[in-house]
Amino acid sequence: MNSKKWEPRIVAFFCNWCTYRAADLAGISRMKYAPNVRIIRVMCTGRIDPQFILNAFSKGADGVLIGGCHPGDCHYVEGNYKALRRFRLLSRMLKDMGIEEGRLRLEWISASEGEKVQWAVNNMLEKVRGMGPLDLPDHFKEWDKEMEMVKPELSEKVVRNG
Amino acid sequence: MDDLKEEIRIGVYVCHCGTNIAGIIDVKEVSRTAAGLPGVVISRDYKYMCSYPGQAIIQEDIKEYKLTRLIVAACSPLMHEETFRNAAAKGGLNPFSFQMVNIREHGAWVNDDKEAVTMKANDLIRAAVYRIVCHKPFQRTRVDIQPSVLVVGGGIAGIQAALTIANAGKKVFLVEREPTIGGHMAKFDKTFPTLDCAACILTPKMTSVKAHPNITLWAYSEVRKVEGFVGNYKVQVGRKPRYIHEDLCVGCLKCIDSCVYEKPQFPKEFDLGLSKRKPVYIPFPQAVPQIPVIDPETCNKIKFGKCKQLCMEACNERKAIDFDQKEKIEEIEVGAIIIATGFKIFDPKRLPCYGYGIYQNIYTSIEVERLLNASGPTGGKVVLQNGKKPETVGIIHCVGSRDVLNTNSWCSRVCCLYSLKLAHLLKEHTEAKIYNFYIDIRAPGKNMEEFYNRVSKEGIHFIRGRAASVTLDDSDENMSGVVIQAEDTLIGKTLKVPVDMVVLSVGMEPQPDAKEVGRMFSIPCAENSFFLEQHPKLAPVSTMTEGIFLAGCCQGPKDIPDTVAQAGAAASEALSLIDNGYKELEPYTAYIEEDECAGCKTCIPLCPYSAISLHEEKKKAIIQETLCRGCGVCVSACPSGSIKQKLFEDREIFCEINGVLERQ
Repeated sequence: MNSKKWEPRIVAFFCNWCTYRAADLAGISRMKYAPNVRIIRVMCTGRIDPQFILNAFSKGADGVLIGGCHPGDCHYVEGNYKALRRFRLLSRMLKDMGIEEGRLRLEWISASEGEKVQWAVNNMLEKVRGMGPLDLPDHFKEWDKEMEMVKPELSEKVVRNG
Repeated sequence: MDDLKEEIRIGVYVCHCGTNIAGIIDVKEVSRTAAGLPGVVISRDYKYMCSYPGQAIIQEDIKEYKLTRLIVAACSPLMHEETFRNAAAKGGLNPFSFQMVNIREHGAWVNDDKEAVTMKANDLIRAAVYRIVCHKPFQRTRVDIQPSVLVVGGGIAGIQAALTIANAGKKVFLVEREPTIGGHMAKFDKTFPTLDCAACILTPKMTSVKAHPNITLWAYSEVRKVEGFVGNYKVQVGRKPRYIHEDLCVGCLKCIDSCVYEKPQFPKEFDLGLSKRKPVYIPFPQAVPQIPVIDPETCNKIKFGKCKQLCMEACNERKAIDFDQKEKIEEIEVGAIIIATGFKIFDPKRLPCYGYGIYQNIYTSIEVERLLNASGPTGGKVVLQNGKKPETVGIIHCVGSRDVLNTNSWCSRVCCLYSLKLAHLLKEHTEAKIYNFYIDIRAPGKNMEEFYNRVSKEGIHFIRGRAASVTLDDSDENMSGVVIQAEDTLIGKTLKVPVDMVVLSVGMEPQPDAKEVGRMFSIPCAENSFFLEQHPKLAPVSTMTEGIFLAGCCQGPKDIPDTVAQAGAAASEALSLIDNGYKELEPYTAYIEEDECAGCKTCIPLCPYSAISLHEEKKKAIIQETLCRGCGVCVSACPSGSIKQKLFEDREIFCEINGVLERQ
């Protein structure tokens, strides 16, 4: 991996009723888009636990794309609104953690909008490519090393305080 | 945790899909890579996995290699997930021990880079291998189905659907908001393209509805509340007070004759206000049910409490009249619901440029239908306000249709043809000169173009251009005529055409309360507020809510033949649902691990279907599986992680994420 040129990796969570179908439609219509995205199907964007997104970043994703039904069109009435709220909260948190804003993205894509899947993936890829690798797994390793280094000092303090 | 003891033996199958997949993805390489993943005991590639021999390979392998899990990397799960679940079941596995990997629509078809897309396929299969280890076997839940259907709306769509179902021997409840069934069709004079009389073909059907032993007809009633789920809807229907008991009235109509108002003097709704009625009236002579209704707004007794009540006297010992009648709520249980709530006619007052309601002798198409009708306000005579026959008539098409800027974007589909019909009928009745102002003549469908050809040979004038305005004709000494201004786009000239009478071919709009009705039945409206079908081509009468079907113009503008056809389709969908006796629910429902639930109630308000409640004694949440549709909103909100969604458990999704991101 290190010998090769870096390629961004994007994990996408698409809802079963709108965006997953739109991605199928993009396929049926042979719309080409970047191969860097890995689509995971959920029944509704409302099912997307913020932990899924954090997990994806921590396991090496450079970007996470959420795709759901347009407001008002949710198959489950209002799951996409719940997803939107969670997305807003998580976006603020990610920003505070130093993860750039565009790395998590939410798009409303209906089942008939294959082209929008193509656009969203390509557009996001371009932006994430500009940001460079997030590479949390490597950072974690470094931080672990630092923790190892400060450990003796830290345990001394803990003992003293305790 | 008995699944830990279970031996995981996975079979992975990579489909070539002819050259669809194999032409881009190195399927041999993908299959080899899969073979090296933990738990995989056999990995193969094959030309067409969905074919009979393809499925046979799977079934043999299940036996030979004692497989406990199955992965097929092929097309979209929306295409063949059920096929392979069934194949797994036939091979002796639980159908949910299967996971599908989409390497066609999401792989081979969207990428040209062979190396990159082969890597993508490897990643996706790895994710499935990691995830499938967590899969637990389960059975789909079955629910019993009530063998009865509610039809909402008694226009031609609702009538047709109700009769079809009733003829199959099932119980039908037909609910209509107006005092009579028949809908818009009952108001028409003739129907295109055959010109047969609307009443002649509709009223026999209306009578059969009333007479049918399997149909309960509730006219002048509205659905008030809907609860439950597919197969078991609990519905409350409010029967509005007619102030006349339906079961006591024999339809002699003596109450109308004897009313203290000797002459009708209130605008008659059925004739769009072109004629008058009394406070007690029936909408039209062939109304079904043949029972009068008393309008509380105009009846002296109800409004002022003072009246000689001659109607009571006329009704005599039948005692059908009851001024104290109140709305009565009926509760029913049905297996399926057909929504046939119809459309609203566009109100041309929204386009003041056409002078409707400002100048005399400007009518909407539906008003002209009434004028032409022998039982209409003029007894079938088309006359101007001054009592003379019109000598020139202008018909303006697309009023409230195909007008993105001002009104509605859609084509209402019927206006071209009913305008041609009205042109023909007006010519026949008045021998007037008739001008059609049109954008395009759209006459698709059986015998429609032929009808257009026929009418265009009858000496009717066609001017291609949207009419710009209707203004008063200054040159007319009586000041009763108007001038239609339009650009004839075929010759590129602006024309001013003086006419005696204008017909506005108004389009169809969704019912004004479509959104509320949609919310009551949990069916979404499309952008334009017509109800949204599940799939425009393959599920045109189904909705996103199981057991609720659409018929007629509530789904979008259409003519009578298409409405009747769609009503038949909705009826047969409803029948095929209720006739089976039971229904299998979606497998993705949520359930609660009781030991973990803290009873915090976070999940309860989140559920859009009110499927979650708190067990009062245990103080723990419970999910009624039959109400759960499997969105998983509660699962991701549960702070203790005690709600699980079948096939979308947290750990399954985490495994999938880890799988796609693991570095090779």
